[in-house]
Amino acid sequence: MDSRAKVDALIAKHGYDEAAVIAILQDIQEEKRYVPADMLRHLAERLHLSLARLYGIATFYKAFSLKPKGRHVCCVCTGTACHVKGAPTLIDKLEQDLKIRPGSTTPDLRFTLETVNCVGACALAPLVVVDEDHLAKMTVAKLEKGLRSYR
Amino acid sequence: MAYRTHVMACTGTGCVASGSFEVSRALEQEIAKAGLSSEVQVVRTGCQGFCAEGPIVVVQPDGVFYCGVKVKDAPLIAQEHLLKGRPVKRLMYTPPKEKAPVPALRDIPFFAKQQLLVLRNRGLIDPERIEDYVAVGGYTALAKALTEMTPAQIIEEIKRSGLRGRGGGGFPAGVKWETCAHAAKERGEEPVVICNADEGDPGAFMDRSIIECDPHAVIEGMIIGARAVGCREGFIYIRHEYPIARERLEKALAQCREYGLLGRNILGTDMRFDIRIVQGAGAFVCGESTALMASLEGKVGEPRAKYIHTVEYGYKNRPSNLNNVETWANVPLIVNRGAKWFGSMGTGDVSENPWNGSSGTKVFSLVGKINNTGLVEVPMGLTLREIIFDIGGGIPKGRRFKAVQTGGPSGGCLPDSLLDMPVDFDELTKVGSMMGSGGMIVMDDANCMVDVARHFIKFLQEESCGKCVPCREGLRQMGNILNRICAGEGQEGDIQLLEELADTVVNISLCALGGSAPNPVLSTIKYFRPEYEAHIKDHKCPGGQCKNLVTFWIDPAKCNGCLRCKKDCPQDCIRGELKQPHSIDLVACIKCGSCEDVCNQDAVVVR
Repeated sequence: MDSRAKVDALIAKHGYDEAAVIAILQDIQEEKRYVPADMLRHLAERLHLSLARLYGIATFYKAFSLKPKGRHVCCVCTGTACHVKGAPTLIDKLEQDLKIRPGSTTPDLRFTLETVNCVGACALAPLVVVDEDHLAKMTVAKLEKGLRSYR
Repeated sequence: MAYRTHVMACTGTGCVASGSFEVSRALEQEIAKAGLSSEVQVVRTGCQGFCAEGPIVVVQPDGVFYCGVKVKDAPLIAQEHLLKGRPVKRLMYTPPKEKAPVPALRDIPFFAKQQLLVLRNRGLIDPERIEDYVAVGGYTALAKALTEMTPAQIIEEIKRSGLRGRGGGGFPAGVKWETCAHAAKERGEEPVVICNADEGDPGAFMDRSIIECDPHAVIEGMIIGARAVGCREGFIYIRHEYPIARERLEKALAQCREYGLLGRNILGTDMRFDIRIVQGAGAFVCGESTALMASLEGKVGEPRAKYIHTVEYGYKNRPSNLNNVETWANVPLIVNRGAKWFGSMGTGDVSENPWNGSSGTKVFSLVGKINNTGLVEVPMGLTLREIIFDIGGGIPKGRRFKAVQTGGPSGGCLPDSLLDMPVDFDELTKVGSMMGSGGMIVMDDANCMVDVARHFIKFLQEESCGKCVPCREGLRQMGNILNRICAGEGQEGDIQLLEELADTVVNISLCALGGSAPNPVLSTIKYFRPEYEAHIKDHKCPGGQCKNLVTFWIDPAKCNGCLRCKKDCPQDCIRGELKQPHSIDLVACIKCGSCEDVCNQDAVVVR
């Protein structure tokens, strides 16, 4: 299915309603791992909304990315519980190892480094979530080994 | 079929992350192997609260509590306990400082002082089966509300119970419902009910756990609320970081439709109502009611001025009755057992005026530097000391309590001098913090309060929607100053500057995010001023957290040369031979603290 047809199918699924915009963008993000510009443009046309409005939404909410994400999303929880138990050091170490800042992707598209405000699993703090896996009670020493299996 | 024993395996997010689904499957296999499949059933429950010790398995009706259960323990539990009736001592919980394990859940100090209302069904039912909820009396409150009570009577009951909004604001729910019903009638516009499950506070996971262990309680509350204000449409706005909770809600809603509890002619009456789940997209500010409603409409989640109340003009300008997950989950209980019973718990007399006190219980998530991390429900008015030391088991590693942070990012840090303060809505506000949704983050003497304040300001700066200048720019400036102080470049007058900026942000921002954003700074200045001064004047970080101000050093008198820290050092910057004192290469050291963590001689000194 080309991207225009995909957008049309999603509009049919969620309804021709501007209230459905966020749900549609979420589906696009989930499938493509980012929101491609042509799909955003097409969505704006079909729903008769300005592109600026959609751009505003796509950049306001953290769940959306306008750039392709890496094969694995490595997300460090920076909730307060994780913070007091050492999340900042984990981020420093990841920045150093992956040579990228949070919010960006390695050039080989292997990892996207992100932070999340809290995943609500504070008993496991400090926590790093890679894709769907929760790496609990992380330490700088355990980090390298923990990430090795994600290619 | 009736089973003689039920094995309740916790499948809340915390335990799932530690592998509880695998454990529960292994238990099922082992039970089948032992030939007990017709006698013993494994039930996957929601969060049981004691997340620190997960994965948790409770064997009922014996009430035996197992913690830290691994897949390889399954044969032991099946063979020893379930087949031969000999509980496995090795897997039982042993409180810190004690030697003997405590077999029964009810005797564990963590559970003993709790009073479960909202979490009444935790660990007792399978949240994915409506039959389980009905079996413990679920939906009887709805039946009562639909057949024996008028909408006005429902509202009156909620009002007299003194139930206040558990999302943080503490606004009396009954008053809100009444205003909503009134506005709907006056304008002839159909209202909506909304459940706010956009739990964004870092360190708080009450709402997630409530939904994960008992989704039907929330839905039942919402249907009763819909009846009270007379509406046909409801929404649950849930964070996208909570996949398990969302899935359970979706299943629960489908079951309700099948059983005639949602849709047309609910329970054979003329009531028509349905609920839709809407997923958030990662914006903290959407937990604010007006921003949430903007997001529901498919817009950017910007709050608007509060002088137009959402109960009158909310979602699509319709009267909107928005309550938090925990508030909704309280509703069936109040309808069933009455306002008087509910009001008898907690502080103050709320029978005449809901503002007079805080009735009922509150769920808190107890996290940070505390032994028993987890979810607790206690009556309002318990002291911080009882919650943190009696239930929470105190501070690990023999360290000293420094502060507890309540109320999420906009709350405050309270010192040990306030430990004997009763916890309710008004008391917390009085001392410069707030109830918030109920996160309690405990900090010990190795935490730096300036760093904590900086953490929250950075958080709020990122989450500020940007609409009001004082919030957008003021927080940035406050963040810059705090960064400077933590980097050891603080200047004389920085504290006054922070206070001035805070004053502007509080008074000129539209919504509660900006209005309460400086709380973490103000409360830490108020209670921990010497720490700020140590950073600014002496260039010292008493907590040892601010990396520019500390160095790691190994005390040769204490070091026994065990090589442990050398092995774990990610920078390979520790030198030394076996049984010889080690030393740290200060140039290569990234101050990660891993040597301090592994040293069992306390030889690593941070100063």
